[in-house]
Order: sequence, then structure tokens, then C-alpha cells
Amino acid sequence: MANADVISAYPITPQTHIVERLAEMIADGELDAEFICVESEHSAMSACVGASAAGARVFTCSAGQGLELMHEVLYIPSSMRLPVVAVAANRALSGPLSVWCDHSDAMALRDIGWIQIFAENNQQAFDLTVCAYRMAEDQDVLFPAMVHIDGFYLSHVIEDMELPDEADVADFIPDYEHPFVLDPERPVSMGCYAPPFIYLEAKMAQEVAFEATKPKILEVWKAFGETFGRSYEPVETYRMDGARTALLTMGSISESAMLAIDELRSEGKEVGLIRLRLWRPFPFAKFRQAVKNLDCLVVLDRAISYGMGGPVCGEVKAALYDKRKDLSIVSFIAGIGGRDITLDEFKYMINRGEEKAKMVALGEELEPEIIGVRE
Amino acid sequence: MMPAMGEEGERSELEQELNLFTPLLLTTDENFAPGHRACIGCGEALAVRHVCKALGTNVIVVNATGCIEIFSSLLPQTSWRMPWIHTLFENVGAVVSGVESAYKARIRKGKIPDRGVKFVGIAGDGGTTDIGLQALSGALERGHNILYCCFDNEAYMNTGIQRSSSTPYGAWTTTAPVGKRSIGQMTWKKNMPEIVVAHRIPYVATACPSYPLDLMEKVQKGLETEGPAYLHILSVCPTGWRCAPEETIELGRLAVETGVFPLYEVINGEYRMSVDFSVLRPVGDYLRRQGRFRHLTEKDVDRIQARVEEDYSKLREKTGAN
Repeated sequence: MANADVISAYPITPQTHIVERLAEMIADGELDAEFICVESEHSAMSACVGASAAGARVFTCSAGQGLELMHEVLYIPSSMRLPVVAVAANRALSGPLSVWCDHSDAMALRDIGWIQIFAENNQQAFDLTVCAYRMAEDQDVLFPAMVHIDGFYLSHVIEDMELPDEADVADFIPDYEHPFVLDPERPVSMGCYAPPFIYLEAKMAQEVAFEATKPKILEVWKAFGETFGRSYEPVETYRMDGARTALLTMGSISESAMLAIDELRSEGKEVGLIRLRLWRPFPFAKFRQAVKNLDCLVVLDRAISYGMGGPVCGEVKAALYDKRKDLSIVSFIAGIGGRDITLDEFKYMINRGEEKAKMVALGEELEPEIIGVRE
Repeated sequence: MMPAMGEEGERSELEQELNLFTPLLLTTDENFAPGHRACIGCGEALAVRHVCKALGTNVIVVNATGCIEIFSSLLPQTSWRMPWIHTLFENVGAVVSGVESAYKARIRKGKIPDRGVKFVGIAGDGGTTDIGLQALSGALERGHNILYCCFDNEAYMNTGIQRSSSTPYGAWTTTAPVGKRSIGQMTWKKNMPEIVVAHRIPYVATACPSYPLDLMEKVQKGLETEGPAYLHILSVCPTGWRCAPEETIELGRLAVETGVFPLYEVINGEYRMSVDFSVLRPVGDYLRRQGRFRHLTEKDVDRIQARVEEDYSKLREKTGAN
């Protein structure tokens, strides 16, 4: 529906059927685009970069190992200010080989300089991809954007969703013109070589421009809400009224976590849920606002940073360091390699988190706890 | 076919006159601007200059990481008078595929007019025969309308003369050093043009800036080809080959005249020698001029001679000449 000009992708579970369907649409004449069936994910992203530099609207999607193989290329569109849009069907990384979901691949992409957004269900996956184009192609943004959807949990689930009118989507993301494209009428050199006297300035410019995308991201979500009736926020909360303890999640597990929150609330516990939607640029102010009244924050990671713990927890602690010394932050790791997280496990994490918070408050250092390991 | 190099007396008067006249027809435009940072005597820079003359400016150039990219694009300056993009080392085949596809789609959808823009990928031997081989193979197999030029200086010269799969047998490099148990490169040069021919693309050719008119003609043929075209250009590197910078042109000629680097075309599968010799000069004439081969014994040179003759003969057989 985004009417991409060039799609370039390589098969990998659990992403493949997204591009299969796009290929069918092109084959049936429903979508007028060039589909480049490349020989690797590295080439998929490279072809997207070339096409985007030539002014095309592009799309690709990948997962797990594929994202790792294209890792090197992912830094290129962000440094060249090319609005490539990609969907990542999050998958565990080898070894052992696993096609199932966790966020190891996403966490390895933290520093690529893309706008990164997490979806919780298929409606959001659709909406946020549409929004990603409008964000990326904004003349004041011109950065690539990636929508993370949990492999299988979202990529392979069939659920009802509201598909907006194609014309309305076209109005929301009209054709865009990049100010600098590869065009013999106006020759430019892109991707030049920078020695130390100028590299730092180039990187500083990139960081300043990336930080400046935050208000534009908010504008796009606001405009989307006004047009289509569904609004999104960088940090979203659930039943936080009066909560002293909250669980922090990303991606599809947020919806299961809501059920756990409901049950705990019905038991009389004052707990809530914080869902981190915008991962990059990190929404510091919005996040601090969300945890303002908390005594205890339980962070659930779907990835392991070996020798360090949960990567999201590490970032959250950094975001709050010096700001909220009174807030106890407890780390849990679960849902690795497609292991389901049960309702009881969510409840355990919150209850156990509160107990641990008291120990943290007393100055004890606690290791992150990995949930659901079979004895 | 170009007149064979050799004694002046072997050429007809007409050929000699043409040889004097033809360069006058060449453009004086320098689409690859002077003032770049290549080493003295760089055969690659010369080749790029010739190639860019033949390309004109209605092209988009996609460049791999390597010598050319480094010496032509140091921020905030550029030598490129046409649109140019560099991203990474191993992905030129994929990036140029993307650029070409973008134009194709945008022209078809009426977003831009069709001005006949051409798409050119350029890389060194490392970026082509080693790390970039997969992306190139993919681009050739998919049949994009591109010209790919490999500037082969027979090692990773930009990083300091490390061996590639395109380094010739017996050559010294920093990662194939000469020692008690080594004569330097212990493997034979990968035959990249033949690998490209195996993709059955419409145009494959070898060239060398020591034969500038032949090189430019091949660039133009490659540009005009519908579908993928591939040009493999021997680029003498005085820095890495350990030879005098003023010998670049002569060494290129010797590589051709000894049969070490034959000039030929493969048009829709049909082989044609661009310069042909019934008798090859001995390879020693070529090898002895270069410091990278100075350790070779007579026996080593004989081994190389035999291999060159065998390869040359096989190539001529394909042209139907034998």
C-alpha cells in the first residue's frame, strides 16, 4: 500500500511470506515495483541503498541471521540520509540454530542510526510501517526506519485488522522527492572518504540531525491518529493509575503482559505496564515521565547481552541514572528463542520483582534472572 | 581488430594514418578530474580517466571501497564529474542493481523522464574476484542493464600490497611473502573474465590502458549492450609491482605481448582476440621488469611460460583461430 518503487529481499524465516506476497502483487500487476531477488541480505540492503540514492521509495524485510548479514550495510542509509524502510521479523540468533522469536537481532542493531519502532500486533505492524515511510521521508528527517515485529507471534498470526482505504494511505504518504539523488543532471558524489579532520564533523551532524527527528516522529503519529483514528506514542502505558510498580515490555509480549496486569489489579495490586514503542531515538523525556511515580520497575528483556544481562534493562538504567536514585530496577530475561512466557510467569516477575526491589533498595546487587529455564 | 603491436613496418600505411588520426577524435573532456591522490605512475588512475572519457557524463558510477574510491573522493573534494556513489567494499553489484532498478521503476511509473542514463559499477580485483564476487554474480545472473569494470592491479594495493585471488603465481606480496618455503603467491591467478563468461552475459572483454583506444571502444560497446556487460582492465601498479612509475604503459604492453594478459572480447558467447600474436614474447621480458618477481628462478619462469602458452592457446582455440 506504500506503493514502493523497488523491493529487494532474500528469503528467511519468519519474514519470507511478507515478500512472497509482495512478489505475488507485482506478478498480478497490483503493485508497480521492481522486485530484486538478490543473492543475500547484504545485497538486499545494498540494492535498497542504491535504489534509495537514486530517488526510489524502497522496502525490504529480514530477520535474525539476515539482519546480522546486512548489519554492515545498515549503517550506510543512516549516514547518507536515505529513507529506506524495513521490517524486521525478530528472530533468535545462532547457535544453536533457531528460527523462533526473541530480540537478539534487534538488540544487535541498536547503534545503526535508524528510527526503530516495536509493534505489538498486526494492526500496529501495518500502521507503524505506513508511519515509518512518512517519518523517514520527511524532509527534516531523511533517516531510515525499521519496524520490529516479533517473528511468528506477529509474522505468522492471522488476526482481524482494519485496512485503511488505499487512497487515504496514498494521501498520508504521498510521493516524495529527496533533495539529493543520483542524477546526471545534477551530479553529486555520495559516500566519500573522510579522514580524521572531517569524519567527526560528519558524525556530529548525523547525531544532531537524528536527535532532531523526535518531534517529527510525534507529529507523524499525531497526524496518523487524526486521519485513521489510531494513535501511537513513543512510550505507552497500561493501567498506570496509582501504580507503584510497573513492568516494562517491548513487542508482542506486551499484550500478554496486559492480561497479567489485569489479574494482578483484580487481586488488588497497584501495578501497571510500560511499553517501549520507540527504541531509537530513545525517548528519554517520555520514559522518565512514565516512571515518575514508581518505586519499582521490572524490566523484561527478550535478549541476553552475555556477561552484562538484559540490554534493555541496561539502557533503562542509563536513562534513569542520576535522575531517579530512589527507583529500584529489577531485570528479568524471558522468551528467548521462541520460549513462550506464561501468565503465571508474568505475575511471578512482577511479584518477585517487588521483593527484589526491596533488596535493591538496601543496596544489594542482583543478577538478572532468566525465567522459564527447565531444571 | 586492432593492429598487432610489433615492428612499425608490419602495419599498412592506412593503419598508421588511422592510428595518428583516431586520437584526434577523442573528447578533450576530463570527466574524471585531475588533482586526485593516486600514486605516481598509477595505471589504474589512467585507466579510470580513459574509461570516464568513454562513459561521458550521462552515467551513474557505483564504486567499491579501494584505491580508486580513496584517491578520488577525499572529503570535501571529488574527482567525479558524473553522479557517483560509494558505500562498501563487497556490494557494488548489488548497489548498481538497485540504482538501475530505481530508474527502471521510476521511468515506468512516469516519475522521471527517460534520458537514457547508463549505470556503471567499478571495483578493484579484491572487490571483484574476492569479496565482491557474490554480489557481482547476482547482478549478472539477474540481467541488470549495467556495465561493470574491474580495475585489476593484482593485489590489495590500497591496504598495502596483500595478495588477492587475482595475484599472479610467483608474485611477492605482503601476505604471500617470499621465504625459504615460499616463492610468494603459490596459486594461479583466478580467471575472472571466464567466470563472468559462464554467466552467459552479452558482453565480456579484457582491456588495458596501454591500449587506450581499444579500452575506450570496449567501454562504449559495454555501455551500448542491452543487459550486463563486464570489462576486466589490467591496471599496472608501480607501488605494488615494484617497478618504475614511468614504465606503466610499457609494462601493460608487455603483459599483452607476452600473452600474460591477452586482450579479447566475448560477444554473445563468441570469442574474438583484440590483439593477436602468432609468436608471444617470452614472459621473462615482462617478469624481469618487476621487483615483485625478482626472486623467481629460471625454473619458476619456465613454469609460468608453459602456463601462459597453454592458456593463450586455449583462448585462441575458442576464437577458432587455431
